Amino acid sequence: MSAINWFKYSSPHSFYPLAGRMVPWFLGAAALFGITGLYVAFFVAPTDFQQGESYRIIFIHVPAAWMSMFIYLVMAGWAGAGLVFNTRLSGMMARALAPTGAMFTFLALWTGALWGKPTWGTWWVWDARLTSELILLFLYIGFLSLTAAIEDDRRADRAGAVLALVGVVNIPIIYFSVVWWNTLHQGASVSLKSAPKMATTMLLGMLLLAVAFWLYSLAAAMLRVRSIIREREPRAAAED
Amino acid sequence: MSLWTLIVQRDLRIAWRRRSDALSSLFFFIIVVSLFPLGVGPEPGTLRLMASGVLWVAALLATLLSLGRLFAADHLDGTLEQMLLAEEPLWLVVAAKVCAHWLTSGLPLVLLSPLMGLQFGLQAEEIAVLTGALLLGTPVLSLIGAIGAALTVGLRAGSVLLALLVLPLYIPVLVFGAAASGAHASGLAVTPHFSILGALLLASIALAPWTAALALRISME
Amino acid sequence: MLTAQNLHCVRGGRRLFENLSFAVPSATLLRVSGANGAGKTSLLRMLCGLLLPSGGDVLWRDVPIRQQREAYWRELRYIGHLAGIKDEFTAAENLIFAAALSGVNITASIARAALEQLGLARFAHIPVRMLSQGQRRRVALARLALPDTTAALWVLDEPLAALDNDAADCVISLIDARLAAGAVVVMTSHQPFTVAAELRSITIPV
Repeated sequence: MSAINWFKYSSPHSFYPLAGRMVPWFLGAAALFGITGLYVAFFVAPTDFQQGESYRIIFIHVPAAWMSMFIYLVMAGWAGAGLVFNTRLSGMMARALAPTGAMFTFLALWTGALWGKPTWGTWWVWDARLTSELILLFLYIGFLSLTAAIEDDRRADRAGAVLALVGVVNIPIIYFSVVWWNTLHQGASVSLKSAPKMATTMLLGMLLLAVAFWLYSLAAAMLRVRSIIREREPRAAAED
Repeated sequence: MSLWTLIVQRDLRIAWRRRSDALSSLFFFIIVVSLFPLGVGPEPGTLRLMASGVLWVAALLATLLSLGRLFAADHLDGTLEQMLLAEEPLWLVVAAKVCAHWLTSGLPLVLLSPLMGLQFGLQAEEIAVLTGALLLGTPVLSLIGAIGAALTVGLRAGSVLLALLVLPLYIPVLVFGAAASGAHASGLAVTPHFSILGALLLASIALAPWTAALALRISME
Repeated sequence: MLTAQNLHCVRGGRRLFENLSFAVPSATLLRVSGANGAGKTSLLRMLCGLLLPSGGDVLWRDVPIRQQREAYWRELRYIGHLAGIKDEFTAAENLIFAAALSGVNITASIARAALEQLGLARFAHIPVRMLSQGQRRRVALARLALPDTTAALWVLDEPLAALDNDAADCVISLIDARLAAGAVVVMTSHQPFTVAAELRSITIPV
């Protein structure tokens, strides 16, 4: 363990070429997992006897929802590390992950609506999970707007980091409050919990697609970090 | 005199000299609340049902409106910079300013809410629940809002951005605050809601000034 | 007493200075000069701990200031471009509040005496918004005339700007007195001035 100097790659200078080398591998692996996952989703998993074929959208919906939350956690982790260790790369990683996280949140909402229409006859239900996902999208939008509004890069990174950490502390409270609100009002007679019982093949398909999404997120974040480094520290990028 | 009382006193005096600012967010609250019956219709049953939600959302927006003033003036004239160099911890300074902010923006809303409740045909007991919930919840709004105000201080698009950052964080207060009235209406005990609001208040007293102080240092670099 | 080690400053993507090092012993004035936009104000704010250096460290009594924070600020008095005074309050009230932030409790009569030194005796008890630009500047500088024994470091950004000759002389004599008491003074100034104590200069290259 002692032979690996983890902080070596925390400098943009050494991370830039490393990220460049990793992107094709991540993208290739993402495609591989994605195709396998979609094959399982469309051809292996059985047709649901209640919902027919339309339920298959959850193979996208569920992994996207997992990813939307997972990426926010990773983003907050980078943000916290950036504030504690004052490393430049951490802020860059947090900012590079945010758009992908927001994209998956949006995807989860969109597929949720698409699934809702044939299943419940309505595009939107104020279900606890959909509502939390919507609030998560607001949190992502807040992070993206704040970092975009600040011109000084370091201030943008650090202010974004504080916001991401405040968000991460609040997410469980928000989720708890939304669940409470949902049970109190019992407005939504249907909920995502009425989803078909998970068969092993279904879980497999979702896991494969979740891995594919995560690999894609990594590749997208690396590409974005590289362009951030090119913009902020041309010297670090030039030697590649 | 301790720095805390000095800052609270000073901010209260400034608010008094610029009382039109504080009054406008109060009138904003009144107008927003009064617009709802016009939009939804004067049916007493509907109004009573939505009274707490309307008052809470209006309180959120009115607080948001006044948050811009929390650090802006001190930032412009350089006092904020001197506060960052105070010999007392910055979170204490922030806490004192938030306290003054609540006294001039949150407390007036709480005091006014019984009157607005009457507008919606609420009974005495319902009004008491609503006012009590607002009394516990509005300080949380000021405390969490201070973090947003600190993050956006000095930014050009500050006020819109502040809304984007802070409103999602207000959701738990909104949910539990409004739910207290809902629970009362359906004959359930309101104590759990009040306990949760109290817990939120304690947690934000413990964490928000410290976080806002950190955010201020970052914003003032 | 005050040491800068390899300070780097990057602002808004622009590299202002790098590898800036100096040491200022007690009873010494450090004059920071440089062209407009060279980073004088950034350097002063870095010395105060308001601006985190992109690299390097600021040390006070051989300890990094980021480890001392409030203890360091108790000894520091910073007067920047912005006056840090409130229009709504009188000059004396502003002074009392500014002193309280540094942990110095003063009475109204002490505040009055300090204002008197800067030629503001008649204006001590009227709201600052009635004062001219130069008079407001003097209200901010009146902090330097307070009997403030804990202050061991003054960081002054263009203290002589917008002052008439009498007021400038007064500020210089206050600086002289503080240097004689063993303090460190760091300042920028476009106007020429002389002090009795040791004067060092540093120029930030463009």
